[in-house]
Amino acid sequence: MKYVDEFRDAGIARALAAEIARAVQPARTYRLMEFCGGHTHAIARNGLADVLPAQVQLIHGPGCPVCVLPIGRMDQAITLALERGVIVCTYGDTLRVPASGKCSLQTAKAQGADVRMVYSPLDALHIARSNPAREVVFLAIGFETTTPTTAVTVLQAQSEGLGNFSVLCNHVLTPAAMHAIVSVPGGIAVDGFIGPAHVSTVIGSAPYAPIARDWHKPIVIAGFEALDVLRSVQWLVCQINEGRAEVENEFTRAVTEQGNRKAQELVARVFELRTDFEWRGLGSLPDSALQLRAAYAGFDAERRFGVAYQPVPDHKACECAAILRGQKQPQQCRIFGTACTPETPVGSCMVSSEGACAAHYNYGRFRTPA
Amino acid sequence: MCLAVPALVVAMDGEMATVDLDGVRKAISLALVDGVAVGDYVIVHVGFALQRLDVEEAEATLALLREIGAQADGDNGASPA
Repeated sequence: MKYVDEFRDAGIARALAAEIARAVQPARTYRLMEFCGGHTHAIARNGLADVLPAQVQLIHGPGCPVCVLPIGRMDQAITLALERGVIVCTYGDTLRVPASGKCSLQTAKAQGADVRMVYSPLDALHIARSNPAREVVFLAIGFETTTPTTAVTVLQAQSEGLGNFSVLCNHVLTPAAMHAIVSVPGGIAVDGFIGPAHVSTVIGSAPYAPIARDWHKPIVIAGFEALDVLRSVQWLVCQINEGRAEVENEFTRAVTEQGNRKAQELVARVFELRTDFEWRGLGSLPDSALQLRAAYAGFDAERRFGVAYQPVPDHKACECAAILRGQKQPQQCRIFGTACTPETPVGSCMVSSEGACAAHYNYGRFRTPA
Repeated sequence: MCLAVPALVVAMDGEMATVDLDGVRKAISLALVDGVAVGDYVIVHVGFALQRLDVEEAEATLALLREIGAQADGDNGASPA
């Protein structure tokens, strides 16, 4: 694929890795958090951890929207599907996220609920048009990459006067999560961040500046291909060696400082900040997620159906929370690869291919000693 | 989840466009990006163009990367591919 394959060249990857090996100071470590699940996946799939010097430690971050969705949020969707006769439309990954009582949207579907996997929120809109006698709810998840597409969909539904369409909104915000990671009491020592790729195409590089400045953490925004990741590691090592903590943009082919203003305006028109939102692993964070504005209350499934969020504790053996905070590696969870596998996930990090556990299970579990 | 891919715009019809992804054609929405033209590459996510891909920046990055690769080949005594 044009502008994808070129950024996966193995020879150049080895050359970059050799440059990084020359640049690291032998006596220190470089603990770099890749915030995004997309980077976690690229690192695992391309074996990047294997070509980097031992001084560079990559720590998986919370940037996988499926992973950070707490059980109570899935329960809301399952209640709508099973008890309210609603057609629930959602992205493929969310179908298998474990909820209360060993249930998931997939098991709800097996019990007869009308749950449909969609590629785009516009597909959910199409289902609403085709089923005027039924209520259709789109379970919206995602960071800033995905939020603008939900905003456009709500505006489209409004302009068409689609009265049977609504959104169960779980859109979350990257800078808030990044702030939570650096400020967690007794938290992990991160020397720098590999910054989000496609989130940054929307929000731009500017919103990361306060984190870099206030917490003295270098941040390099990087594309999701192997060479992008290696280049960002190289730049981070360089910043750390020089004692700098700046926001740098490696992904200049898609990211500008200001991002996509039109997308930002559409999001601001439809959504507003939630007072707080519970994240799996990070707990309840203020101003870290979005809800529909009052003007669009008719499209807000939470209000429309009165399904309030009820917090539910994670499975006792599941280490997703510590893994999402970067405090544990997947193989340190005692049910990793045994009771919890991609086929039968216990925790959310084993569900999406971008989840740290699934990425590790699929590409690297025989490499790293437990 | 935030996966998005660069795709070539081959046709446009108002706010919708047809993109080509290595031979796979798909209708996407241009509601989030102004000024897209046929022949542009756009970053596609869940059926929407998120941003235009800056081809000049992409080529500049690739030129730098190829230089690093060629330099390493030279150091190893191999001729650059």
